[in-house]
Amino acid sequence: MMSQNDRDQSYWKANLSLVRNCLIIWAVVAFGFAIVFRPLLSGISIGGTDLGFWFAQQGSIIVFLALIFFYAWRMNKLDRDFGVEE
Amino acid sequence: METQTLIYLVVGGTFALYVGIAIWARAGSTGEFYAAGRGIHPVTNGMATAADWMSAASFISMAGLIAFTGYGNSSFLMGWTGGYVLLAMLLAPYLRKFGKYTVPEFIGDRFYSQTARLVAVVCLIIISVTYVIGQMTGVGVTFARFLQVSTETGLYIGSAVVFVYAVLGGMKGITYTQVAQYVVLITAYTIPAIFISLNLTGNPVPPLGLFSEHTASGVPLLQRLDEVIVSLGFAQYTTLNTSMFNMVLFTLALMIGTAGLPHVIIRFFTVPKVADARWSAGWALVFIAILYFTAPSVGAMARLNIVDTIQIGEVGSPEGNLAYENRPDWFQTWETTGLLKFEDKNADGRIQYYNEANAAFAAQAQEWGWAGNELTVNPDILVLANPEIANLPGWVIALVAAGGLAAALSTAAGLLLAISSAISHDLLKSAIMPSISEKGELLAARIAMAGAIVLATWLGLNPPGFAAQTVALAFGLAASSIFPVLMMGIFSKRINNMGAIAGMLTGILSTCLYIFTYLGWFFIPGTNMIANTPDNWLFGIAPASFGVVGAILNFAVAYGVSRATAAPPQEIQDLVESVRIPRGAGGAVAH
Repeated sequence: MMSQNDRDQSYWKANLSLVRNCLIIWAVVAFGFAIVFRPLLSGISIGGTDLGFWFAQQGSIIVFLALIFFYAWRMNKLDRDFGVEE
Repeated sequence: METQTLIYLVVGGTFALYVGIAIWARAGSTGEFYAAGRGIHPVTNGMATAADWMSAASFISMAGLIAFTGYGNSSFLMGWTGGYVLLAMLLAPYLRKFGKYTVPEFIGDRFYSQTARLVAVVCLIIISVTYVIGQMTGVGVTFARFLQVSTETGLYIGSAVVFVYAVLGGMKGITYTQVAQYVVLITAYTIPAIFISLNLTGNPVPPLGLFSEHTASGVPLLQRLDEVIVSLGFAQYTTLNTSMFNMVLFTLALMIGTAGLPHVIIRFFTVPKVADARWSAGWALVFIAILYFTAPSVGAMARLNIVDTIQIGEVGSPEGNLAYENRPDWFQTWETTGLLKFEDKNADGRIQYYNEANAAFAAQAQEWGWAGNELTVNPDILVLANPEIANLPGWVIALVAAGGLAAALSTAAGLLLAISSAISHDLLKSAIMPSISEKGELLAARIAMAGAIVLATWLGLNPPGFAAQTVALAFGLAASSIFPVLMMGIFSKRINNMGAIAGMLTGILSTCLYIFTYLGWFFIPGTNMIANTPDNWLFGIAPASFGVVGAILNFAVAYGVSRATAAPPQEIQDLVESVRIPRGAGGAVAH
């Protein structure tokens, strides 16, 4: 049985890796799909323009929303799993 | 009923509502004044945060900023929403766990330094005061455009309303007023957008309409927009016409800046639990996204609408341009405001609207007998004139007036609270009069709020000439000072008092220096040392994007100095441990 202190440490590690993964997606979508990789996606057309344009004006915001709600859901679960909830 | 009467009724009605809410939600303690007693439901807080965040710039100007630049200004859309991902994962839950009232208070406690706290107070005040100027001018402008009163009178009325609900209710009153203001502003923004989308594409959902077929021409709307504006010498709408590097940097600067704005951060102190702070960031972005999905649609559609109104036939043919005497009613209405200006340079009685800065096209235009672009369109008009362009009834116009005021007043109130709590809590209670009673502090907070409103009104009446450029400064400072120091305070146990102070000062000074070098010392025209052109920028970094570099310098210096000096004492390391774990947050921490 882990001590509460050890559990707090593993909880923080789990949080850090979750944040890291979410921010990788955040960066790839916002700076990648919408800006830097846009020329690579130009073959995929959507409504008179290409996928990169859609990501810059709408898709990125949808991904941001999904990331925050996913993070909140996962963390609230981790809080309970590690016994650190309020 | 007359449109003018409707405007008075709707604006007057919303103001009465805000005052009514203030009387119902009076603050009885400092906990209520600073953090609404930490009893706000996460969805309610999300809505209040959305109104707090979406300013006169988001409501009035953003669609126009996107419309006249196109794809390149998607930075505003991603930057002003992507910051919430950083807030939700890197700052909000931990600062809520810390459980105090102000942003400088966390910095002072975590870095066990009154100096660090004071540096943070100075940053907060510079950021919030520059930001509030824009809101107050927004209030004055909206009044002058719609209510036919002078800008001054408009400002006094707006300030008086804020005075009542902010001084009386503090954070508690502001929260519930912001919820009402959100409902007003989002309704006002979306209704005209739905109609313009229906008119142009037959699709009632503006974000879908943007990627649909343009009914009149049978080609996709964005393709049609590209064709039409390119035929008049403008750059393509859907392509990047500036540097990719700067687009990335500017987007990132807006994201970090958003996450570092104190008036947004303190909204997350009002929810009951750490878990609520996480959900609340998501809800805030839901409510913000409704406007941010609509804005680019409004921008593209309104621009196409304006060009199609002016260029009625083939480009270059004598009959191709609208005769001035046939201009529509809304054109006449907005000419009187000066936001739309026509000058018949070639005296042919017709309106020529094209990109005269495009040398090849200008030469071609000269052959057609065009003597220069004759129409000046202020970008703000796209949102403000939208209901008239779409021929909507008077009550929609009235709603847009009330919406513009709601956006400006809700943001102003949040900024004023950040300023007044920094003064009464961080300066007075912590530094000058630690023995002050709770009642005394509450009174001081109210007096500070009143003083901040008087200052903001004065700045609105006498806006410094640089009002438009201060946005770069506010976001640059939030990105280079507040955001890095908060993040390091949570994610590192090793950063100490010396490191934090050195880092913040480096971030602030480098950012101010870079901005002032290109835009003039304190924005005084003519005092810039280097002309503000892309060729002159250091490594091609635009002044508005420099917050990112300032933040990196802040991180680097704070790390270096902390390594070279003693580690923080054990109790500070324990404090960091406790901030990371939700357990034991409870209600407001007693002071």
